[in-house]
Amino acid sequence: MSTAIIIVALIALGAGIALGYAARRLPPDSSDLVEEVNNLLPQTQCAQCGYPGCRPYAAAVVDGSADINLCPPGGDDTVRRLADLLGREALPLAEQPLPAVAVIDESLCIGCLHCRNACPVDAIVGAHQFMHTVIERECTGCELCIAPCPVDCISMRPLA
Amino acid sequence: MSAPTYDLGKLHGGLRLPAHKSASTSLPIRTMPLPAQLVLPITQHVGDAAQPVVGAGDKVLKGQLIANVEGALGAPVHASSSGTVVAIESWPVSRRYGDKAPCIVIECDGDDRAFDYPRPAGSYAELAPEALLEQLVRGGIVGLGGAVFPTAQKIMQARSGDIEYLILNGVECEPYISCDDVLMREHAAEILSGAGILMHALQIDACIIAVESDKPEALRSLGDAMGELNDPRISLKQVPTIYPSGGEDQLVQLVTNLEVPSGGLPTDVGCLVQNVGTAAAVHDWIVNREPLLSRITTVTGDGVVEPMNVRARIGTPIADIVAFAGGYTDAAEVLIVGGPMTGKSITTDRVPMVKATNCILVTSRAPAIGEELACIRCGDCAVVCPVQLQPQQLFWHARADNEKKLREFGLIDCIECGCCDLVCPSHIPLTADFRTAKARMQELADEKARAERARHRFEARNDRLQRDEEQRAAELLQQKDQAKQAGPAAIAEILKRKRQQSDED
Repeated sequence: MSTAIIIVALIALGAGIALGYAARRLPPDSSDLVEEVNNLLPQTQCAQCGYPGCRPYAAAVVDGSADINLCPPGGDDTVRRLADLLGREALPLAEQPLPAVAVIDESLCIGCLHCRNACPVDAIVGAHQFMHTVIERECTGCELCIAPCPVDCISMRPLA
Repeated sequence: MSAPTYDLGKLHGGLRLPAHKSASTSLPIRTMPLPAQLVLPITQHVGDAAQPVVGAGDKVLKGQLIANVEGALGAPVHASSSGTVVAIESWPVSRRYGDKAPCIVIECDGDDRAFDYPRPAGSYAELAPEALLEQLVRGGIVGLGGAVFPTAQKIMQARSGDIEYLILNGVECEPYISCDDVLMREHAAEILSGAGILMHALQIDACIIAVESDKPEALRSLGDAMGELNDPRISLKQVPTIYPSGGEDQLVQLVTNLEVPSGGLPTDVGCLVQNVGTAAAVHDWIVNREPLLSRITTVTGDGVVEPMNVRARIGTPIADIVAFAGGYTDAAEVLIVGGPMTGKSITTDRVPMVKATNCILVTSRAPAIGEELACIRCGDCAVVCPVQLQPQQLFWHARADNEKKLREFGLIDCIECGCCDLVCPSHIPLTADFRTAKARMQELADEKARAERARHRFEARNDRLQRDEEQRAAELLQQKDQAKQAGPAAIAEILKRKRQQSDED
């Protein structure tokens, strides 16, 4: 009788330790992991990584098809945090831009809507044939509005 | 005279520090003459900056509103004397972060003509608490203990909870500072009157005035005034002279034996703490109709000729105050606004005295001593920490910038009292490290909030684009269906019309 109790207790203990270890050490469920990686990204949606937004990049990082150092807006901090989370080597970032916001030179703007349509976070307001402007506190500094502008009236202004 | 009571809670850690107070308390409070110029920062309080309502060249009267509060949290600023606004510009100030802030500069005319605030018909007791709070906002009343939290908003937040006690903080545990001590000695009746007003605003019937045991004159004066007033709602408690027993949460624990929970406020355990100076300012505004225009500040240290407590107008340059106290001695080296433990050393005496300035300390040497050595894990810092943190652990994680661990070890509860710095045998500037780490954590949290907002906007935009796409597809399908239903005859009709059109061209 006592042997049985001891054996069962030992099995329970062993299983407990194994499960505890697994929960800590093994990578969690991959869709959760994508969410976690996405949470570490700066959500600028700038596509500088070559993916159409932060979440697609997070998915690519998790399935191993993308490196963790492709996010310039996140900077070295983000690379370090991704390395910590995923247990990968922290790779240096090619270049780290300073935080900046887009500014429209309103005297030159012709109201073509191209920049408004390019903005991934709807931070540009304006209507056809009317002047546009950037909502500074919503701008993520992704620079996606600069290329479409036909009159080159958008520039980046560094923050602080 | 009601006797002080001794049923006290216990404070973890803390230090007995040399008081250095007798130099400034030997004289009665002196009132400073008007300075030539007043410099009034538009942000002297916690919360949003007040917005100037005067411009350069405007004449203002003493007590007139010159900057008004716009956000939910803030306090207005009043002209401390009559004169002309000469500029609204950036000026050196003594704030924890940043060295300059926008200020309204007033050239005093010396007449000190006062703006006339109409006196209410009845006493404050006839006012509804909400109306009284509205009044407190308009008087520019903020906590004068150093944190400068707008008083009305503090009460408003407290009223949503279950408040039992109003605690008036007359502890003033930091060395050198004695402005509350002399206020209690000389203006005990005003403090008690202010306590009554605050209790009415809170709709409670219990007020405890807490005073450190090393202030017998203040205790006696308050006791006498209480005997005269004979208000059973107010009681006096004596707390031991240990730094930092005057910290808000520490005082609550000492007085009520209830511990304020981590990350919480005294209101969580049914207490609201106000400085005694704030209570006196409330009395001056509600009863005498004078907004917060002046305060008592301690000018002391071995760097001033005649240490004393001065009642000076808010906005008086510190240079003028020091000059009033006899000027600097030859030994003067370091100028600190606030006390030696929590104050900030400043590099110019052009800085104005503000609502928060409880002390101007001029000493012959910097309080920091010795070269920083490696941490030897002695644990002395944990012994003295009044919030029972483990500074030695926090120190490691702060240097490693490990946000998660810092959170786990409760950095957020650090009150930056400086006890750990003082006992550290390796002279590690722990408090400075923690301050930086806290700012960094705040920065990270802000960044995270920004990212979260960007993500929401991005997702909302994607949803909208998808919706538009689907709608367009549905419309196209509908048009096709219509054409199909109309049949071949209708199509032939349209084709015929098109052909006619092209023939005409």
